[in-house]
Amino acid sequence: MVRFLIRRTVMLVITVLAASFAIYSAMYLAPGNPIAALTGGRTPSPEAIATLEARYHLNDPFFVRYFRWLGAALQGDFGRSIPLRQDVSTLIAQRIGTTIQLVAYATVLIVIIGIGLGIVGGLKRGFVDTVVIVLTTIGAAVPAFVAAIVLLSVFAVQLGWFPALGSGDGFFDQIKHLTLPAIALAFSALALVARVTRTAVREELGREHVQTATSRGIPTRLIVRRHVLRNASIPITTVVGLTIASLFAASAIVERAFSLNGIGAYLIQAAASKDMAVVQGITLVIVTVFVVINTIVDILYAILDPRVSLGDRAR
Amino acid sequence: MNTVEVVTSTPPGTPGRVRPTAPRFSIPGLRGVGAVGQISAVVVAIAGLLAILGPSLAPHDPAASDLSLSFVGPVGGHPLGFDSQGRDLLSRVFAGARSSLVGPVVVVVLSMIVGTLLAIATAWRGGTFDRAVSAFLDVLFSFPAIVLAIISSVIWGAGLTSATIALAVAYMPYVTRILRGAAMRERAREYVAALEVQGLRASAICARHIARNLMPLIAAQGAILFGYAIVDLAAISFIGLGVRPGTADWGVMVANGQSGVLQGYPMESLVAGGCIVLVVVAVNLLGERLTDRAEQVVR
Repeated sequence: MVRFLIRRTVMLVITVLAASFAIYSAMYLAPGNPIAALTGGRTPSPEAIATLEARYHLNDPFFVRYFRWLGAALQGDFGRSIPLRQDVSTLIAQRIGTTIQLVAYATVLIVIIGIGLGIVGGLKRGFVDTVVIVLTTIGAAVPAFVAAIVLLSVFAVQLGWFPALGSGDGFFDQIKHLTLPAIALAFSALALVARVTRTAVREELGREHVQTATSRGIPTRLIVRRHVLRNASIPITTVVGLTIASLFAASAIVERAFSLNGIGAYLIQAAASKDMAVVQGITLVIVTVFVVINTIVDILYAILDPRVSLGDRAR
Repeated sequence: MNTVEVVTSTPPGTPGRVRPTAPRFSIPGLRGVGAVGQISAVVVAIAGLLAILGPSLAPHDPAASDLSLSFVGPVGGHPLGFDSQGRDLLSRVFAGARSSLVGPVVVVVLSMIVGTLLAIATAWRGGTFDRAVSAFLDVLFSFPAIVLAIISSVIWGAGLTSATIALAVAYMPYVTRILRGAAMRERAREYVAALEVQGLRASAICARHIARNLMPLIAAQGAILFGYAIVDLAAISFIGLGVRPGTADWGVMVANGQSGVLQGYPMESLVAGGCIVLVVVAVNLLGERLTDRAEQVVR
């Protein structure tokens, strides 16, 4: 187990390093002249250009710049936004809270409603199951931005139950502002989790040991808890984990639709205005979170399912 | 491609050319998919027809705007009414089918071609080559599709082309990983060894036998990816980094209609969003049926 953990951690570090290199070189290759961005189109004197080049290290070789950037990023310094003249880490720190709250809220909805619907559909055959199948089939096909627009139209504009845009102030106000975005973000993921849960529950119900337990007269409630749900938890954990990992990227679209001030919406804005340092910083954060959660899911999977080969053959 | 043969042998209403998979296989494939699969196929076929003919079917000029008709509801000759610019909505929905569906088809075709080639090559060669490709794919896996699309919009500029390429690159690792497993199983079969002993070239075995036996799985994967591609590409257009804002495109229309939604005129966004959901439901159902069938065939 320890060797498995070490191996997964090493893979994680290598993957993030490789991704950081890809991100940095992509931005390096991108067209655009940082001097022009700094001077706002005016023609600077040669001395001014030299000063700016020295301050932003624009003349250093590529690898020197990459390793300087990486070294600083490891300490939480993502450089400076040239158009805004502000530290990227400050800009990210001001916004990441909104994104984390949104993703956490959506995760709660996905876990409670998604797994709940899946268990109900899996245990109850007939009408209830059909309803769950139809709902999740449609739900899985609703993109987050379409869900956002429908929710906005119905619950914010027509009924006026929730505010339409913005992040709100204070805890309860923020919850209120984040409710519709969280539902939009959770919508299709929730349907996916419900489907996987339903299939897993159904599969476990059909297993021999479950039928044996039923024939021995063990109460259904006990069988469901002890034999069905425990075994079904393996695929469910995997799909929930992978879903949460993808929420950080998907939240960009929802933040944009609801004009929320999170890192995703900011990434889109920075990409449109070619603010390279910000794009680099936020993509590195999102990719790292994505890889870390995926690794945790892998490890959880190995812990939950003793049949998974951990890769150490001498056992 | 024996497209002609396919089209003539196609029952009415069955898609021959709209699905992003090899036509040779998509037709017999429809036999094993059941009623839901058939209905889904019809919906996908209609969407495909719209993508091909949409702009010419549009009853009015989708770009002609008359600001005095802004947000006017359904009236005679304009069954869906008008958008914020006073443009005929039905015409825009028809015209928008093209960019909303052709982009995803290109995404699927590109990622399937590269993914299938890589999958078969790694399954065949194994060893260092396999490990090197796997490591490369692991790095690609760490980029969510939307993030790749955003990065690509910075490098090559926002637009349908850069979004399409980014999505194809983002999906390719998934295709490779799934098909590689199937290709490995195929590689281990006795008939492959027999062909090798007979002295058939590796490329011929791969192309004529392994790739062909993987076709049901390739078709199923293509359909599933097509659903994802429609959603992701529309999302990229929605955030303004895909199809140029202002163009008739379903994703752009959802974004465009947002100002109307806030003023109580949600028609444009809802109609465009509804089109996306309908096509994606049909594509997903078809993909599921094809996957079920592929699993029976391959295993």
